[in-house]
Amino acid sequence: MYAFDFVKPGTLAEASEALSHDGALPLAGGQTLIAAMKQRLNAPEKLVSLTGIPELKGVCAGDGGVTIGAATTHAAVAAQAAAYYPALAALAGQIGDPAVRNRGTIGGSLANNDPAACYPSAVLASGATIVTNTREIAADDFFQGMFTTALHDGEIITSVKFPVPQKAAYAKFQQPASRFALTGVFVAKFADGVRVAVTGASESGVFRWTEAEAALTANFSAAALDGLSVPADGMIGDLHGTPEYRAHLVKVMTKRAVVAAG
Amino acid sequence: MAKLTMTVNGRTLSADAEGRTLLSDFLRGGLGLTGTHVGCDTSQCGACVVHVDGQAVKSCSMLAHEAAGSTITTIEGMANADGSLSTLQQAFQDHHGLQCGFCTPGMVMSAAALLAENPKPTEAEVRHHLEGNICRCTGYHNIVKAVLAASGQDVSGVGIAAE
Ligand SMILES: Cc1cc2nc3c(=O)[nH]c(=O)nc-3n(C[C@H](O)[C@H](O)[C@H](O)COP(=O)(O)OP(=O)(O)OC[C@H]3O[C@@H](n4cnc5c(N)ncnc54)[C@H](O)[C@@H]3O)c2cc1C
Ligand code: FES
Ligand code: FES
Repeated sequence: MYAFDFVKPGTLAEASEALSHDGALPLAGGQTLIAAMKQRLNAPEKLVSLTGIPELKGVCAGDGGVTIGAATTHAAVAAQAAAYYPALAALAGQIGDPAVRNRGTIGGSLANNDPAACYPSAVLASGATIVTNTREIAADDFFQGMFTTALHDGEIITSVKFPVPQKAAYAKFQQPASRFALTGVFVAKFADGVRVAVTGASESGVFRWTEAEAALTANFSAAALDGLSVPADGMIGDLHGTPEYRAHLVKVMTKRAVVAAG
Repeated sequence: MAKLTMTVNGRTLSADAEGRTLLSDFLRGGLGLTGTHVGCDTSQCGACVVHVDGQAVKSCSMLAHEAAGSTITTIEGMANADGSLSTLQQAFQDHHGLQCGFCTPGMVMSAAALLAENPKPTEAEVRHHLEGNICRCTGYHNIVKAVLAASGQDVSGVGIAAE
């Protein structure tokens, strides 16, 4: 790992200032960034820790939704969001392993936008809003392909606002070595329709399966998906699964999520 | 270089550390606590697990300066006050929960964190909780057995297939 300066501000204002300089990068749980820096895939001049800023942490419910601070760990979401948004809490409790969940954060996961990460599917399927230190970004505009988001350099995610659906579930087919999603599907049923977001499968990162959304809005049951299929074009192919396999998994995991949502 | 102070296994210790120093390197190189092992470069093996303010974390994936002022427990802090093995450590020995021993410090620290929040876990809960700890030797059954035994449960039915 190359050398860098480390700072740990106690307020968002100080963090924003520290990140307004070229070469500075936020550090949240470090569960992705530190490994990337060890491999010298990333070499910031300055790391600005977000873990000492109380206003970026915590889960709070209100106005038919739940808001999660960007620096809230996966373990804290699993424990504290369970009463308000059980499907989201269950997703957080399936990320990686306990030690990863004790450090990794929702903000870090979303900023990183790994094509196999779990949270992007919940954020997109819930139609959540990503709040930063300068603006609010709708989930539909935030994810812009593998490892790419709408964030500008130095912009800090401060929280994520989730509307809570009537029914929801996440079904994850785990890649057994990395524990990321080989394919994961989050289904959310709202009064005005169903949203389905798929992670792990596509070369363009998380995406909405709109045909399934229409079918499930008309009839919220696994059988409603019987006639649909997902083209293998543009799906990820690697040693863990072919594009055809992943395309097939999208439908299987969507059905499982619908059944789990009840 | 900046001075870094933390409480490790009950003692308050200080040493200099660069911004990039990992907690695992600080414990091993800075403080000479080489019981914490480093088995990978990808945050995946769990050999480096220690407790930071009571929570199990991978010390290879946390900067030492992030732990400034924290209370850390490493495998060196797990024995009883008189130096004898703790119940959990003794169970690893009694049930052959280790062979080469490389993964053992991380296994013990992860298992201790589990037992602290769930004193009587099921076999499935133990296996699930240890997902982030990789062992190349034992095949896991005896590790699971040791953790269940340390929690005071009957282990006669665990891992029969392995023996
Ligand atoms: C063994 C292992 C298994 C894992 N399994 C899974 C899994 O099953 N599912 C899954 O989804 N993930 C998994 N992960 C990834 C894990 O969830 C990470 O915690 C997460 O991807 C990154 O979050 P972090 O807080 O650690 O971010 P960091 O590693 O600190 O940062 C990641 C990136 O986000 C930026 N960043 C961080 N916070 C912010 C912010 N608030 N605003 C703007 N930018 C920010 C950083 O600058 C960096 O570029 C796994 C990781 C490991 C090591
Ligand atoms: S050394 Fe492998 S996870 Fe830390
Ligand atoms: S005992 Fe050798 S790696 Fe576990």
